[in-house]
Amino acid sequence: MTSVPANAGSNDTFPKMLVEMARSRGAAPAYREKEHGIWQTYDWTRSAAETRRLAAGLHTLGFRRGDKLVIVGDNRPRLYWAMGAAQAIGGVPVPVYQDSVAAELAYVIENAEARFAVAENQEQVDKLLEIQRSVPSLKTIVYDDPRGLRHYEGVHAYADVQTRGDEALARDAELVSRETAVGKGADAAIMLYTSGTTGRPKGVVLSHDNLAWAARAGGRVDGLRAGDELLSYLPMAWVGDHIFSYAQGHTIGLVVNCPESAATVMTDLREIGPTYYFAPPRVLENLITQVTIRMEDAGALQRRMFRYFMAHARRVGSALLDGAPVSAADRLLYRLGEWFVYGPLKNQLGMSRVRVAYTAGEAVGPEIFNFFRALGVNMKQLYGQTEASVFVTIHPDGEVFQDTVGKPVPDVELKIADNGEVLYRSPGVFREYFKNPTATADTKTADGWVHTGDAGYLDQRGHLRIIDRAKDVGKLKDGTLFAPKYIENKLKFFPHINEAVAFGQDGDFVSAFVNIDMTAVGDWAERRNISYASYQELAARPEVYDLIQSEIEEVNRDLADDPRMAGAQIRRFLVLPKALDADDGELTRTNKVRRGFIGDRYKSLVDALNGSATSVRMSAEVTFEDGRKGLIEGTVAIRDAATVQPARRAA
Amino acid sequence: MSAPRTRTIGDTLLTVDRISLSFGGVKALTDVSFDIAKGEVRAIIGPNGAGKSSMLNCINGFYHPQQGSITYKSVKRSQMRPHEAAAQGIARTFQNIALFKGMSTLDNIMTGRNLRMKTGILAQALHFGPARAEEIEHRLAVERIIEFLEIEHIRKTPVGRLPYGLQKRVELGRALAAEPELLLLDEPMAGMNIEEKQDMCRFILDVNDEFGTTICLIEHDMGVVMDISDRVVVLDYGKKIGDGVPDEIKRNQTVIDAYLGVSH
Repeated sequence: MTSVPANAGSNDTFPKMLVEMARSRGAAPAYREKEHGIWQTYDWTRSAAETRRLAAGLHTLGFRRGDKLVIVGDNRPRLYWAMGAAQAIGGVPVPVYQDSVAAELAYVIENAEARFAVAENQEQVDKLLEIQRSVPSLKTIVYDDPRGLRHYEGVHAYADVQTRGDEALARDAELVSRETAVGKGADAAIMLYTSGTTGRPKGVVLSHDNLAWAARAGGRVDGLRAGDELLSYLPMAWVGDHIFSYAQGHTIGLVVNCPESAATVMTDLREIGPTYYFAPPRVLENLITQVTIRMEDAGALQRRMFRYFMAHARRVGSALLDGAPVSAADRLLYRLGEWFVYGPLKNQLGMSRVRVAYTAGEAVGPEIFNFFRALGVNMKQLYGQTEASVFVTIHPDGEVFQDTVGKPVPDVELKIADNGEVLYRSPGVFREYFKNPTATADTKTADGWVHTGDAGYLDQRGHLRIIDRAKDVGKLKDGTLFAPKYIENKLKFFPHINEAVAFGQDGDFVSAFVNIDMTAVGDWAERRNISYASYQELAARPEVYDLIQSEIEEVNRDLADDPRMAGAQIRRFLVLPKALDADDGELTRTNKVRRGFIGDRYKSLVDALNGSATSVRMSAEVTFEDGRKGLIEGTVAIRDAATVQPARRAA
Repeated sequence: MSAPRTRTIGDTLLTVDRISLSFGGVKALTDVSFDIAKGEVRAIIGPNGAGKSSMLNCINGFYHPQQGSITYKSVKRSQMRPHEAAAQGIARTFQNIALFKGMSTLDNIMTGRNLRMKTGILAQALHFGPARAEEIEHRLAVERIIEFLEIEHIRKTPVGRLPYGLQKRVELGRALAAEPELLLLDEPMAGMNIEEKQDMCRFILDVNDEFGTTICLIEHDMGVVMDISDRVVVLDYGKKIGDGVPDEIKRNQTVIDAYLGVSH
């Protein structure tokens, strides 16, 4: 594909694009929000006018070129306009997560040296006022919703600031347009703070050029067009929302619909029927759970129809989406299913009109991903980062695979470092971390390559596969790549397996601890008349070992398909007699396995796995929920799992 | 942290003067007098059976006291029917929720607008002329209340399916729909969990702040009462045993005895 121009002619900044949108498609809808129970539409003319009034008002309050404007609240047209207003007079908006506590917010405000903030409501204003005591540089607070705020002093109502803007514009009509004209594409357009799982959050500075490129490149791959609808319900501080709702809104002319409240998103989705949709895997999972539960309550006929047609959809739905050959009979049956099941279901989910849907952020299970594709929703994955203005790789239409994150977006260069880390270079690469040259230099090389921190590789189809965080990826003694989390995730996709821990760093082969899921395995055992009295007893049953062994061997077959992973198949495993628990320090509080700690704590078991014994004695102290300590003792069986010779593939 | 609540508490809105109420031989209220000032949050507390609900029922005209009088907006009366009370701007909620279970949140709140509808039933049924304009006007008022109480997500849900805390909120919404001057709340927080109570407290204070509505409420949760009310009346066995600002009530020995019991 040819490269995507960063800007279209002279409209190299978002404020200039806004003016152009108002000129060329002024009466077309730009934003919608629900007020008094009815969707209210704001066209581009109105959006541009409101933005200009606010910009002029902020200017009279002393907001100048280079100033930061903190924006905190749910997705609202008026907050998007505040972004535009700050940019129009040379400022930089800094949207922050609306649910962050005052201390987190204080760090960002102090680090960004922000003097101005726009808050949605009383809740946010209260936080800002509290912060003001420790961060006195925050001078001016503007609020949108006046409820509960009428007796507050020293804060400004959004509408009042706009009125001040009107007066200023009456004196000097060119006040805002003059400032807008000075802006350049290379200027900082926005600062987004990364969540910072390690250390303090860092402010990622993205320029107008970065964002405009990303918006157009993504839009080109997906064939987005003016008038495409999206529901902006993910936080404004997240780079994805900024690209979809703001950057693509301005460059392509999307219609941005703001939900009434977090609780009404499902209803709003159904009413709007977006054509462009994004949801993180956990949201998709919730949707499926809701559908499943509601189907359980449905009549017998509906349940049977649902089951029958969904089975058919799983078989052919994805192929139809990809344009692959499907027999006429299957097509006809799918058409019937669309009439009876898929159509009404998509309508309930608000997905009837979706042309492009994305999920990203974490590994998405095949069940979840395929459910939506089977229904005919064009669900795809993308891989991106704040530092890349989102887009690194995307699934192109017709090339969607659940286990990859797609192909590089046009203009993006990818390379894999020796340790397996993925690096990219693109016109979307961020300028810098604000006031943090050390971190910038650590992440971005002098010639513009960015370290993602993720390990991955390009497969035969040219698709990127992400396997793990780079720092967690190791090697077996013979040099084979060993990605423990990748293997553990594959195991955890089975409902019977609750947790898994893979070992093998610098060893001869890969072995694993498995934690059974008490509910799923207990249910499975009951239906087979397998008796047990406790978790420990159930975990030790040979039938359970058989079950887990068959699942591990399935994972091995899967791994064997992939030449890079084939050497890291699971050779030996055991089922732990106790559930891994955060109270015993085996999991983090967010339920991630602490591999190192577990390896030390159960050293005798790991050693036995690496040897050839078929059982091992163990004893471990456990903490009960009431805080008492106890001892678990017993013999744990070790099994060998069959491994598969790597498949030979034609190059 | 928040800015201090600076409100204007004005003249007396309602005076209860030496009211006595009995059912046969049972004396529910004996010689009770107090007043409610415009714009305040006034609480009535007392142990079970102290006569709190009876007091509220007298104020909105549901019970007719045998002795004494009630002066509301400078008009003294000894008897008033509930619909007259409603017409004069007194609205209430009930200890046991009294909503139309099969109707949606929206429709339930709309019933609170009934008093303010002027067009006839025929015009309304035909959705004709002024009735149409009127419905739009009332729907707008209802939507404002829905937004105010943050119940957008249950707008179209039948209230019978809602959890208790939300039903209480809908009931408050219906009372607010009448745009009352005086709002009587009978145990608005009974049976709620902490979070629901906090929400309800905030709504009550917001109603008082934003609309200037005078509020008279009965409540058992002492923490709540002391936090949100301006003045408190204490009843015990139908008699008034205390009246004042929360701090005074907390120190009042008679009140402490009534609540904690006293050895004779």
